[in-house]
Amino acid sequence: MSIDKDKIKHTAKLARISLDENKIESLSKDLSNIFNFIEKLSKTNTGKVNPLTSILDQSLRTREDEVTDGGIRDKILENSPNKNEEFFIVPKVIE
Amino acid sequence: MPDITNKSLTEIVDLIKKKEIKSEEVTNSYINNIKKGKKLNSFITESFDNALTKSKNFDANPNYELLLPGVPLAVKDLFCTNGIRTTAGSKMLENFVPSYESTVTSNLWSEGAFLLGKLNCDEYAMGSSNETSFFGNVINPVKENTVPGGSSGGSASALAADFTPATIGTDTGGSIRQPASFTGTVGLKPTYGLCSRWGIVAFASSLDQAGPMTKTVSDCALMLQAMSGFDLKDSTSINKKKENYSKKLTKDIKGLKIGIPKEYRVSGMPNEIEELWEKGKKILKEEGAEIIDISLPHTEYALPTYYIVAPAEASSNLARYDGVKYGFRSSKGSNLIEMYENTRSEGFGDEVKRRILIGTYVLSSGYYDAYYIKAQKVRQLIKNDFDNAFTKVDAILTPSTPSAAFKIGEKKDDPISMYLNDIFTVPANLAGIPAMSVPIGHDKNNLPLGLQLIGKTLGEQTLLNLAFSMESKSNFKQKIIKWWEK
Repeated sequence: MSIDKDKIKHTAKLARISLDENKIESLSKDLSNIFNFIEKLSKTNTGKVNPLTSILDQSLRTREDEVTDGGIRDKILENSPNKNEEFFIVPKVIE
Repeated sequence: MPDITNKSLTEIVDLIKKKEIKSEEVTNSYINNIKKGKKLNSFITESFDNALTKSKNFDANPNYELLLPGVPLAVKDLFCTNGIRTTAGSKMLENFVPSYESTVTSNLWSEGAFLLGKLNCDEYAMGSSNETSFFGNVINPVKENTVPGGSSGGSASALAADFTPATIGTDTGGSIRQPASFTGTVGLKPTYGLCSRWGIVAFASSLDQAGPMTKTVSDCALMLQAMSGFDLKDSTSINKKKENYSKKLTKDIKGLKIGIPKEYRVSGMPNEIEELWEKGKKILKEEGAEIIDISLPHTEYALPTYYIVAPAEASSNLARYDGVKYGFRSSKGSNLIEMYENTRSEGFGDEVKRRILIGTYVLSSGYYDAYYIKAQKVRQLIKNDFDNAFTKVDAILTPSTPSAAFKIGEKKDDPISMYLNDIFTVPANLAGIPAMSVPIGHDKNNLPLGLQLIGKTLGEQTLLNLAFSMESKSNFKQKIIKWWEK
């Protein structure tokens, strides 16, 4: 299957990645090749097979909703690219 | 002082326990090697001060009961280390300093080991040659201009070059086993759920599994024991008692049934790999195992399945990198959406973006059933193949890789040929079962090659025993001359 430039642009929009116009051509070529390779799967007969949801024999565990850590606001904020004393700062979203 | 850095982890632990060498001496020996080996680019971050402090503390107050007493270890830079930056080989996390420790590294430290540094890897573990790292490609100590494999390429390179006595990697589609094969070292991907994923930078959560990379099979058993174990913080962690793999390690493999899958005989595979596969079979047979031909009919669909499932999960996992709470943020963009888009465009490398796009596409409306659901159905068939095979055999023997280590740049611009590297390793990840690579010999260019043993769920001990037996009979010896020190 070919993944044309419009499909690339749409998918990039969904993935929140801006693309250089001059890179779209080669991405389209690469992804088309990869999807041609993936297409092989359509040849398998999976009529009555259920999709695999977990490779473990156990179901997902739950735990008590207890506080086991926290109280490290300053440490967390240290990793932020833009913050003031208490908040993460992002570009203005409300006019 | 004699050089101890070419010894195995087990030998070093013994020397420390016998008080023949101090932890600080061991640590200094590795630091010296690392300083002389910058050309290999296997480290992203060094933590020598931390290591020397910890080694002095150990020597002042030693506890010889631990599994890894006073042992310095470098680890793949995908494991979060408290207070020491963790980059996942990405510009996105170039300055990220975790405020917590991954469970697996924490397990190693509580057994007496300490951190020597963080090892280079493909960006977000996406790659088979360590050429996608933001911090540059890693070189294979086996031969200049050759890739060490990936994504745990820094780990494999550092181990083979005597920069660390053992290490750990992660394996989503072969990222421990393929670099182990390329560097003549031992690498094990455990059963999904045996080692906690908590605190490991996520790539594809249903496939990711951490495991040991070592010089010998005994070391592998020791490291697996130290790093594995139930963890409440990982909802897919298997709740079972820790195994003492070292204690049960034996070369007695009499009566074990070994399957040889005909589908792993792929066209274009070099004769040398075929010959080494025969050598492996011969060894196991001579040691009393029974060789049985088997079929895993859906093998050819494993790689296409993987290249739907892994990117799908990656596109979800990597949605968190938005430039707000941590990581890189672009200075471009006049509103929030533009900031996100520019941050992700500038912060991620080409291969990561490619995989996010594949994943986003296969999960998008109108394509989800045809790709993602279809892949999960085929994944079930692949798992069924193994379930059927393991009613007849105890383990499966295959080559680890379809070729030996290739030249830097050789496959960089051709994603499909790069992806084909993982053709033999991907099925075990899809089925969640353990698999390991053991060095078996060299090709005509003196490049090492490994064989892969695939086991039943929680069959690590059987794999280790088979590998132990093969190791002792194969006479594999590293042919590394330390060219980077000249």
